[in-house]
Amino acid sequence: MSLADTVRFPATFTGVRWAGLGRRWVSPILLLVLWEIGARTGLIPSRVLAAPSAVAATFWGMLVSGELPTNLAVSFVRVAIGLLAGVAVGSGLALTAGLSRLGEDAVDPLVQMLRTLPVLALSPLFIVWFGIDETPKLTLIAFAVVFPVYLNLFNGIRAVDPRLIEAARSFGLSGWSLIREVVLPGALPSFLLGLRFALAVAILVLVVAEQINAQAGLGYLINNARDFMRTDIIVVCLIIYALLGLGADSLVRAVERRALAWRPSFLRT
Amino acid sequence: MAKTAIRTRTDPSPVSSAAPAGAAPAVRVRDFHRRFGDVTVLDRLNLDIAQGEFVALLGRSGSGKTTLLRTLAGLDSAGDQDVTVPTARAVVFQEPRLLPWKNIWRNVALGLPGDVRSRAEAALTEVGLSHRMDAWPATLSGGEAQRAALARALVREPRLLLLDEPFASLDALTRIKMHGLVLSLWRAHAPAVLLVTHDVDEAISLADRVLVLEKGRIAAEERIDLPRPREVGAGFQAIRRRLLGHLGVDVAHAEASRATGESALIAFPQ
Repeated sequence: MSLADTVRFPATFTGVRWAGLGRRWVSPILLLVLWEIGARTGLIPSRVLAAPSAVAATFWGMLVSGELPTNLAVSFVRVAIGLLAGVAVGSGLALTAGLSRLGEDAVDPLVQMLRTLPVLALSPLFIVWFGIDETPKLTLIAFAVVFPVYLNLFNGIRAVDPRLIEAARSFGLSGWSLIREVVLPGALPSFLLGLRFALAVAILVLVVAEQINAQAGLGYLINNARDFMRTDIIVVCLIIYALLGLGADSLVRAVERRALAWRPSFLRT
Repeated sequence: MAKTAIRTRTDPSPVSSAAPAGAAPAVRVRDFHRRFGDVTVLDRLNLDIAQGEFVALLGRSGSGKTTLLRTLAGLDSAGDQDVTVPTARAVVFQEPRLLPWKNIWRNVALGLPGDVRSRAEAALTEVGLSHRMDAWPATLSGGEAQRAALARALVREPRLLLLDEPFASLDALTRIKMHGLVLSLWRAHAPAVLLVTHDVDEAISLADRVLVLEKGRIAAEERIDLPRPREVGAGFQAIRRRLLGHLGVDVAHAEASRATGESALIAFPQ
């Protein structure tokens, strides 16, 4: 059906926006050039900041030697596990609190209180509890992830238009079918927003968590590089962290485009 | 969902009422009262709607129109009061209330068991929307969305169709088309219809019977015997004047100045 096509595949960001993009690259490239010149002329000593070319060479070397991929994989798995656990717990709590008043009274005050704790300040306690291997790193990430997921999903569930719920009830939906057909899809946009916050937080906490006696991972690489004043390696790891965040964000955006195809913002008819 | 205490009936048994001889009314309400806090919204209200009868309910805001409709729809519990409605009933609200994350035909089929695409398609064809079956609700115009809402009600083959000001937010031209559509659907399926509206002309041009709700009771009733389609003529105007009078609007003066011109322009519908 031709109609379905026009609705489902909007011409979102083509044409118009690419023309302006070329101009936007000028200043970053200029900065890189100045940085390189500064490094080559000795204006910026390499122990303060390595030259872009040195960073690129180091990056390539670490890539080929397998040092970067293996450590990146370790960090990636940490984020993934921590995120998964945090999202599961946060969603569970949000569903409990969102779908019943009793659940809200039981869960919400608790979460709101814990939310005020700065997560990173918990790391000493977590080290005492869980030692210095993987467990405190994963629990720190998971703990931090719980809150953005909980807050957004809970809010999303409660913000579902009561008129839609009423209409669905009048057409015979109730209980689980009402939750599945109306409440959860209605809360999905908020959940995905929470997930984006969660990803950002997860990577932030990863950076700190990996400083806890890590034997592998990006944080371990940075710590080592610091000891040897290898600013080139530090910069490589910083870039990887940034790319990790960027990749995670665009992943959620891709999920949003698919799962929220019905939203007016994704529809250009 | 809490079960409504409303009594529903699938096989009507004869009851003495205002309904045509031999048939039980589709809706029967006796001495119904409802209060919110200290405010009595409906006060010992009696209502009968015959099978297949088209009834319009007029009333000012706060007169309890919507409360009555919600009770008949089962959205508000009737408690143990004497309210009888058919099991098969469906509501069209003022807003389309389509679920934005389901395409049109899935909205129409909402809550129906089994393979319902063909049933949804049939209903959408009836309202002239079969070409938008797979579209998202956000892409529909106001009129299209309300037609989809009509299809969603129709597909349930209701014996009682409850219309809660369904045309109020449509533009005038779309509204006229919707009137025609509702009438033809009503003729084809013959459900009892309760149309809640604040538009006197709409009530007169559609309904068999117009009720005026005032202070929680049916304050007035007009049977409309004009043949359909109804045009604004002398008979129409007389009914309108009476109904507006019941609603507390004195139009005799204002109408008098226009009446001569209008009756000259519009054919007398008898």
